[in-house]
Amino acid sequence: MIGHNSLFGPVDPAHDAGYDDPPKRKGFFTDTSICIGCKACEVACKEWNDVPEAGFDMLGSSYDNSHSLNADQWRHVTFIEQPGRTGEQERGPRRPVDLGLPTVGPEEVGPEVGSVETGGPEVLLPDDMEGEKPDFRWLMSSDVCKHCTHAACLDVCPTGSLFRTEFGTVVVQDDICNGCGYCVPACPYGVIDRRRGSGDNKSGDNKVVLNEGIAQKCTLCYDRLRADQKPACAQACPTESIQFGDVEELRRRADERVARLHEAGVMDARLYGNDPNDGVGGAGAFFLLLDEPEVYGLPPDPVVSTKDLPKMFNRATAAAVAMLAGAAVSFLGRRR
Amino acid sequence: MSPGVGRSGQADRTPGREAVVGSHGGSPARRDRRRRGPGGGDRAMVPEAEFTSYYGRPVVKPAPWENDIPAYLFSGGLAAGSSLLAAGGDLNDLPALRRTGRLAALGALGFSMAALVHDLGRPERFVNMLRTMKLTSPMSVGTWILSIYGPFAGAAAVGELAGMMPERRVRGPMKLLRGAARPAGLVAGLTAPPVAAYTAVLLADTATPSWNAAYRELPFVFVSSALTASGGLGMVTAPPDQASPARRMAFGGAVAELIAEQRMERSMGITAEPLHQGRAGRFMKAAKVLTVAGAAGSLLASRSRSLAVLSGAALMAGSACTRFGIFEAGQASARDPKYTVVPQRERLERGEPVRYTGEGPRS
Amino acid sequence: MAEAHPVGFQWVMEAKARGAKVIHVDPRFTRTSALADTYVPLRVGTDIVFLGGIINYVLENELDFRDYVVAYTNAASIVSDEFRDTEDLDGLFSGFDAQTRTYDPGSWQYAGQEKHTPEDMDHPMKRETASALQHESHGMQVRSEAPRDETLQHPRCVYQILKRHYARYTPEMVAEACGVPVEQFLDVCRAWTSSSGRDRTTALVYSVGWTQHSVGVQYIRTGAILQLLLGNIGRPGGGILALRGHASIQGSTDIPTLFNLLPGYLPMPNVKDHTNLDDWVEAIQHPGAKGFWGEADAYGINLLKAYWGDAATPENDFCFDYLPRISGDHGTYRTVLDMIDGKVKGYFLLGQNPAVGSAHGKAQRLGMANLDWLVVRDLFEIESATFWKDSPEIETGEIVPEECGTEVFLLPAASHVEKEGTFTQTQRMLQWREKALNPVGDRRSELWFFYHLGRLVKERLARSTDDKDRPVQDLAWDYPVSGPLEEPSAEAVLKEINGYEVETGRPLSSYTEMRSDGSTAGGCWIYAGVFADGVNQAARRKPGKDQSWVAPEWGWAWPSNRRILYNRASADPEGRPWSERKAYVWWDEEKGEWTGHDVPDFQKNKPPSYRKPEDSEGVDAIEGDDPFIMQGDGKGALYVPQGLVDGPLPTHYEPVESPFRNPLYGQQANPSRKQYDRDDNPMNPSPPEEHSEVFPFVFTTSRLTEHHTAGGMSRFLEHLSELQPEMFIEVSPALAAERGLEHMGWCHVVTARAAIEGRVMVTDRLKPLKVEGRVVHQVWLPYHWGSGGLVTGDSANDLFGITLDPNVLIQETKAGTCDVLPGRRPRGADLPRLVAEYRRRAGLVGDHHAPIVTVGDHVDVQGGGQPTDDSSERGPGQ
Repeated sequence: MIGHNSLFGPVDPAHDAGYDDPPKRKGFFTDTSICIGCKACEVACKEWNDVPEAGFDMLGSSYDNSHSLNADQWRHVTFIEQPGRTGEQERGPRRPVDLGLPTVGPEEVGPEVGSVETGGPEVLLPDDMEGEKPDFRWLMSSDVCKHCTHAACLDVCPTGSLFRTEFGTVVVQDDICNGCGYCVPACPYGVIDRRRGSGDNKSGDNKVVLNEGIAQKCTLCYDRLRADQKPACAQACPTESIQFGDVEELRRRADERVARLHEAGVMDARLYGNDPNDGVGGAGAFFLLLDEPEVYGLPPDPVVSTKDLPKMFNRATAAAVAMLAGAAVSFLGRRR
Repeated sequence: MSPGVGRSGQADRTPGREAVVGSHGGSPARRDRRRRGPGGGDRAMVPEAEFTSYYGRPVVKPAPWENDIPAYLFSGGLAAGSSLLAAGGDLNDLPALRRTGRLAALGALGFSMAALVHDLGRPERFVNMLRTMKLTSPMSVGTWILSIYGPFAGAAAVGELAGMMPERRVRGPMKLLRGAARPAGLVAGLTAPPVAAYTAVLLADTATPSWNAAYRELPFVFVSSALTASGGLGMVTAPPDQASPARRMAFGGAVAELIAEQRMERSMGITAEPLHQGRAGRFMKAAKVLTVAGAAGSLLASRSRSLAVLSGAALMAGSACTRFGIFEAGQASARDPKYTVVPQRERLERGEPVRYTGEGPRS
Repeated sequence: MAEAHPVGFQWVMEAKARGAKVIHVDPRFTRTSALADTYVPLRVGTDIVFLGGIINYVLENELDFRDYVVAYTNAASIVSDEFRDTEDLDGLFSGFDAQTRTYDPGSWQYAGQEKHTPEDMDHPMKRETASALQHESHGMQVRSEAPRDETLQHPRCVYQILKRHYARYTPEMVAEACGVPVEQFLDVCRAWTSSSGRDRTTALVYSVGWTQHSVGVQYIRTGAILQLLLGNIGRPGGGILALRGHASIQGSTDIPTLFNLLPGYLPMPNVKDHTNLDDWVEAIQHPGAKGFWGEADAYGINLLKAYWGDAATPENDFCFDYLPRISGDHGTYRTVLDMIDGKVKGYFLLGQNPAVGSAHGKAQRLGMANLDWLVVRDLFEIESATFWKDSPEIETGEIVPEECGTEVFLLPAASHVEKEGTFTQTQRMLQWREKALNPVGDRRSELWFFYHLGRLVKERLARSTDDKDRPVQDLAWDYPVSGPLEEPSAEAVLKEINGYEVETGRPLSSYTEMRSDGSTAGGCWIYAGVFADGVNQAARRKPGKDQSWVAPEWGWAWPSNRRILYNRASADPEGRPWSERKAYVWWDEEKGEWTGHDVPDFQKNKPPSYRKPEDSEGVDAIEGDDPFIMQGDGKGALYVPQGLVDGPLPTHYEPVESPFRNPLYGQQANPSRKQYDRDDNPMNPSPPEEHSEVFPFVFTTSRLTEHHTAGGMSRFLEHLSELQPEMFIEVSPALAAERGLEHMGWCHVVTARAAIEGRVMVTDRLKPLKVEGRVVHQVWLPYHWGSGGLVTGDSANDLFGITLDPNVLIQETKAGTCDVLPGRRPRGADLPRLVAEYRRRAGLVGDHHAPIVTVGDHVDVQGGGQPTDDSSERGPGQ
């Protein structure tokens, strides 16, 4: 039942799942370097997939009021405000450029109360900014389910509700999931989540919630894919920050893009999730980032837990035997 | 680089995505040296770890499970241990232990089932658990283990009840039940250990830092905890003259549990922190105290029934606390990005990212 | 642009992909800044200093595109010796009348044309009726012949005047006034100039917020001067692009919803000056001027024929007398103040939410609360329909629901997917919109509403014998309707707008086919051709990959499907492209015609060598190298001798509310601005007036990607509301420290009009600037919230007073002064008390209003301070 590299290592997921002649694997390449944070992806996704509103809470995390990926948020645009160092991007073909924004106190990310205490008017006078040219950057990134080659959520699902599609993506069958919630802690990216009921529905009203109590996440618009359509988010993205296509092709494009950026001096540009040898066998949805993954709320070196499942079962078997033995031992000897 | 228009009008129309970003980059990305958001660094027991997070928000999600699950961890173990106690009692002609064991197993099993179903988002779809058999899903494996063990444990208990009926009432099927009790009880005994052990894999096979990191030792903690609990139960219920195996089981289990737990923590690195903090910390502390006291008591329990009951109860409570403690620690470790980011970041900085190197595990 | 026009911003990214460098100038670091190569923060309201500084840089270093400038602009034209510049008069131009605060443009004219100022109406009236707006596409109608010195050495030639005018707009002055470091400013200058010229072009893009200043028109003018000097007008990759605030804002000026314009930028007749058709036509034609306005009679008569059909005959001046007349300021703000004064009975609001979206929200709401009836057509029940029960004035007791006499009729409107028609976007391109589904419930399209309203009114008046009802009775109001809702045919309307031959009904293919004898009718001359050959040209959707890169077969752009206006300027005077790289439209010697990628904006067969016959005018007077065919002299206007109320050259005036003294002139703010001095419209004091320190901070407002203007289309939708669920106020860490504001805590902002509250957003994206040796804190607010919708909050526009640009009567809603206090604002009656207290401290008591003219003795102003100057004899208003 389990073939070579089924748990870890490079593999074509659709083939591995038993599809004889599947179409090319589909996925996203999200190039955060051209994301303008318009959130069109979030809205398009919710409109197409009938995802309910996730609450009207102002979070104060820059312009991110969607909090995280969860059952009611299948695309999530992150915003990171970063006083940085002198930009090196323009050390390429063009002249260095001064963004003209001051560094306030110690290095901080995000508009936080903390940044208030450290800020003082004097730090901000142009004179005091002589010497090193302070700069500032505002990172934006549209996060989404990674559709892992080795998807923990799919592996641990006891009902078979989560399944591998012919496109190599991972999708929940709403009518089969019984809401055991095992996939939730299994996901190394914290993507999939069990949808809350109308009782604790954030907007307070008691409207019936679709697919209440079962696992929900991005389907890479399985229905649209089958109709030969782009996923809604990629369709709506104005700057092509979200690129949809064959994973193979996207990986090639991503390599070219990152090389181009390095050439232009953007040394921070790096790919995330594109390596078939990584902890999840490469993600179907991968990213070009401008800082460490954890800055965007992504795990720096994610691993699919089922990678070690055989070892875990072996340890458990040993423990079970030990238990049996222990029990037996306790019946030896004198009875009184 | 920047093509013109030209009279031919053949300006290249597809420049590709070559736009250079406006946000500037420097070479190695700066690390934010501040802890932020929830996760209370001040409570840390090890020197403060430096790490970056996205507004202190969790990277992985805690399991959406209520107290049903840690309660099940306990009751499942108790059921398993009790079946062993019953089988042993049966073979060694200790009717009291046999009876307690069989009935406790059924009771604990019943409770377990109720807890498991109640925790589902869609309880009415419980049967969907049985629509497939998945080796990659500890929960699926566990379901099948339970559905093998369950009937035998049940049959044994029913037979036991039948046995408790006055002779004249026993006829027809009742005779059958009585007869089936022993074989059923023995099979239940043999299939019990997996019931106690698999729950460790259930927790370990997740991205929850403090569970996953504990996968080597956790099964041993759980089985010994199961023995402790069921031994304790035996001490509470069986008359002292029949309870010595229960006392040994309890004592042995307790000692084993304390040792395994120590080893586990040592193997967990930073993710052991949550075991000493907050709710989880209180549970683990209580577990230790109760288990040690109960174990000590079990040594003298042969002399005093009340002491036996007392220490037996302590051991059961200790086992329950262990389960709740480990469960809560895992949840806490998932809520704080520190326990996801730091170990992974350290791995990367050691130059040891998890990469496929060719010798992929086979099964 | 990324912030408010994300879809359009994809083309900026496209340009970037081709190597373009993107510079973003904005008081606040926005989503656009995040993607720009260079971000330049500047002080709100100092744009003319910034752009004027670049103009000075260009002129000082002679970096202008000289061949283009000499041939195509009025740089060589020589101006009257009576002209005095703001440099001579400390911030005023010659011809200023201190009593009316208006100019007599006589002395601004080209030499020898002093007495030929075409505007016959008096100068204050020009401001009242926003006459400059009527010139939006008219250009200046000067007489075609003007003395020129093509060496540009003559001291009174435009080039030299320009040089003197901006001489003091140095990098140091820019640093002083705008807070932009010298080195960074020079970076921008170098980037702009080095990518302009024969081989390169630079585009200037602005959003409508740029116009919302008391010198709004002059902001755009400064950009125009710079782009003309650098040869960036009428060429590919150049131009000045205005990003509109909503779909089809361009369309609503082409076929206007403005009190002083008729379709195609024909001026609304004035009661005093346009007593008959000939007066009116002549006022548009400007005898002696060059250009296509020479055909104004045809355009006007075709419109009248479209309005009144057969009833419009040569005998009755084509029903010219049926047209309403204007007698002064009937602008939206005047109207609102008249409502407060009880002079207005009824009000129609269509897709507009002034209770939230217009300046001085309180005045808007009090005005609407004082009507007899109010009709609101919108997608949702917006604040302008509910002000009587949930506006802030309820809490303060200024509006009492039980006593509010306004009867509100709320009519549900069909959304853009429920109706067909055209949108006209900023490139003047009409794009046809299909109907996706029929309107649900009682929703109806605007077309349905007005057609049936008109039909019913006509029925009511059918038997009336009252002469005043004749215009309605004679109105040509027959459009085919279809379906159960009797929806009028939008295509039929578009056909009428396009124009047709009255006899045959044949659609016209161009405005050149319009006749002034009544044989053709057309609703909007500039739209003629959108239905050429009976085909709806606006509905064309040929993919870009299947046609030339100009994509002429995607939609239809007026005039005549030209994608770049004045594109004759993309070729040199001899008709050759300035460079192969930037070839766009050129003269084909063999064929003897203009050709290229776009429809040439020039008479097809008029050779570059054509010279106008003696005393010709109109189209014949346009010479072969006059690209600016709508201008009276065929030249791009670096200097505007007429058409503007507040001066021929953009001059830096401080915003009406500013904590700083004008660093360049004694005249503090725009002297001829439109101001309504009433005690319900107080303006915060600015230097030289005392007490400006009471409102020490500068604030500005703009939009968030997540919401749409006044929120009527976004705050009522959960998927948009959740993205920006609360009103917030952005401050720098420094200001937060100074005022004790906590991130995500509350604060309130106070002006002389109101105090509003919001959550505090402390961010490094806002940066205090060093201006005139002081640190100035700038506060930013989004203006999307109100009392209605899924997410509610205070309205930023409540903070503004009403003060307008004199040329087009647009309000100053992008620059103001304020105070910021921690915590939530007072409730109930305490709120007006707080505001009153601030007014008292600011000396805004009784009917005291700060003097607008802040420069010395007026007689001296008239005389330009030079006794020998004969113009000193010319009294005010001459």
